[in-house]
Amino acid sequence: MKAKDALGRRGEEIACAHLIDAGFHVEARNWRCPVGEIDIVAREGPELVIVEVKTRSTDAFGHPFEAITPAKLRRLHLLGAAWVAAHEGGRRRPFRVDVVGILCASSGEPTIEHLRAVV
Amino acid sequence: MVAHTLSVALLGMTGAVVEVEAHIASAIPGFQIIGLPDTALSDAKDRVRAAAANDGCPLPAKKIVVNLSPASLPKQGSTYDLAIALAVLAAEGAIDPSSIAGVVHLGELSLDGRVRPMHGVLPAIVAGRAAGYRRFVVPRGNEDEARLVPDVEVTTVTSLRDALIRHGAHLDPEVVEPLVLAPRSEVAAATGDLSDVIGNPDAVEALIVAAAGGHHLFLLGPPGAGKTMLAERLPSLLPDLEPEASLVATSLASLAGRPLTGLVVRPPLESPHHTSSAAAIVGGGSKVIRPGAAARAAHGVLFLDEAPEFASAVLDSLRQPLESGTITIHRANAVAHFPGRFQLVLAANPCPCGQFGTSDIACTCTPIARRRYLARMSGPLLDRIDLQLRVERVTTAAIRVAGDGGMAVTSAEARQRVEAARVVARERLAQTPWRTNSEVPGGWYRSAKRRPAPRVTASIDRALERGTLTMRGYDRVLRVAWTLADLDGSPMPTRDHVGWALFLRRSVSA
Repeated sequence: MKAKDALGRRGEEIACAHLIDAGFHVEARNWRCPVGEIDIVAREGPELVIVEVKTRSTDAFGHPFEAITPAKLRRLHLLGAAWVAAHEGGRRRPFRVDVVGILCASSGEPTIEHLRAVV
Repeated sequence: MVAHTLSVALLGMTGAVVEVEAHIASAIPGFQIIGLPDTALSDAKDRVRAAAANDGCPLPAKKIVVNLSPASLPKQGSTYDLAIALAVLAAEGAIDPSSIAGVVHLGELSLDGRVRPMHGVLPAIVAGRAAGYRRFVVPRGNEDEARLVPDVEVTTVTSLRDALIRHGAHLDPEVVEPLVLAPRSEVAAATGDLSDVIGNPDAVEALIVAAAGGHHLFLLGPPGAGKTMLAERLPSLLPDLEPEASLVATSLASLAGRPLTGLVVRPPLESPHHTSSAAAIVGGGSKVIRPGAAARAAHGVLFLDEAPEFASAVLDSLRQPLESGTITIHRANAVAHFPGRFQLVLAANPCPCGQFGTSDIACTCTPIARRRYLARMSGPLLDRIDLQLRVERVTTAAIRVAGDGGMAVTSAEARQRVEAARVVARERLAQTPWRTNSEVPGGWYRSAKRRPAPRVTASIDRALERGTLTMRGYDRVLRVAWTLADLDGSPMPTRDHVGWALFLRRSVSA
């Protein structure tokens, strides 16, 4: 496994733990469909949440959130719709998109930032 | 978190204070400027981000929204950079928002964080002061100019870091080379002395009259008669600008992008080339409305050499400022006003070949060509010119006299006479808004209290009846007569003064 993929995996583990601590119920991880992949699908209370996890080892190339481009956001919303279509039996359900940014230096505690309902 | 600070949007000579608000939200990072910015102002996003990162205080990776209020006012240029950077960093908590509130910040940021000097600092500060603000932060490169405005507290900064420290940020001071405006090699304004003029005593006298009363002047004569020489010496006869006029002239010089080291105290001389467009003369521009030559000549002299060579539309565009004293420029997004109280000096040859009326060389122009040539200056324009004078070629006799140290008038002597005459006029006009005879509306000198006796005005009364003088022309002759009386120290114009004033107005057409 390449180093960047390993970092991504690790970031997703950290994000998952963070979400569960925050009272989320994780439904699925790395769900794939032709449009792409959802990192984490979770529920907060009744609300469906599509979570994108962005992990970086340093902010020398920008903050993790800066990698969330408008195009990526658009794809996340499409992915959310695809998940709903596949799992909710044709019913339309509202969902929101959250982004978890993790700065994961080689030593020390990672910093976790969680943005809710990004548009 | 929201922070506010202030900047100034300049529109011509006037400016509106613009409130710069910054809001920082926890969302996908982004930088948005709203409130009708133009492209240069939208680019502030990148300049501010780079300057902040390179000067020790990077912007947060959050969503930044900067609003420029009033939102309906179009805003141009890069001079909001400093205000935007400080508002954003105050919203982020790097400095205390209360420290920047109520302070007007001006200046563009370079990518390394230094603050670039800008054009128009002086009018911007004057506008801010007029809106009731007293504290200004300006680029170090504009320090000399900013200090010219009285009753304001001006702080100069070399860099964003410098500005942040002054607003209480905990940063280490860093000494950087301040950015300065490129010094422009001023063309030496060698206006020369009036005593250089040989012969033409009538024209010299008319020049003194023009200076004393602020009258417009038209010089007609063959090439080599010394029209240009005379006109260029007019500013040297004018008294120093008064404080208010000086501030206006300095503001215009600042807007025109001339480096300033002090107040402009001598009346400016503008002599645009005859290929100039109307926009070059009165001012224009689609986004930033810049002052033209006529505005830059405010409180000074606008000299149009070879006046018939100017496009007639260009000449006629001067009619409005000549009457109202202000220049109004309408563009799609705004209306700008500039001061337009200048003294107009026109010079022209009598015909395309220039020889008409001279005794030595025959004119080769057809009568129709001659007539067309001078007709390019429209009647309404010439009607606004009080002094219209023929200038003749210098004769050998005059050169002899001048060589013997004859009776040439020096600029200093003439200026003394001009200043004395202006004092007399000022006393008479003390209770009025006017300062010189040329500004006085016609009716004032015709009113019963000041009207000269019918015996005195007989010559112009007759000219008016015959229709050779318009009503406006009548008023103008009367004004010139008053200036002549002021120069002579006479309490009222005499018959000679009126007769001479009429000659000075009509010698061209006669």
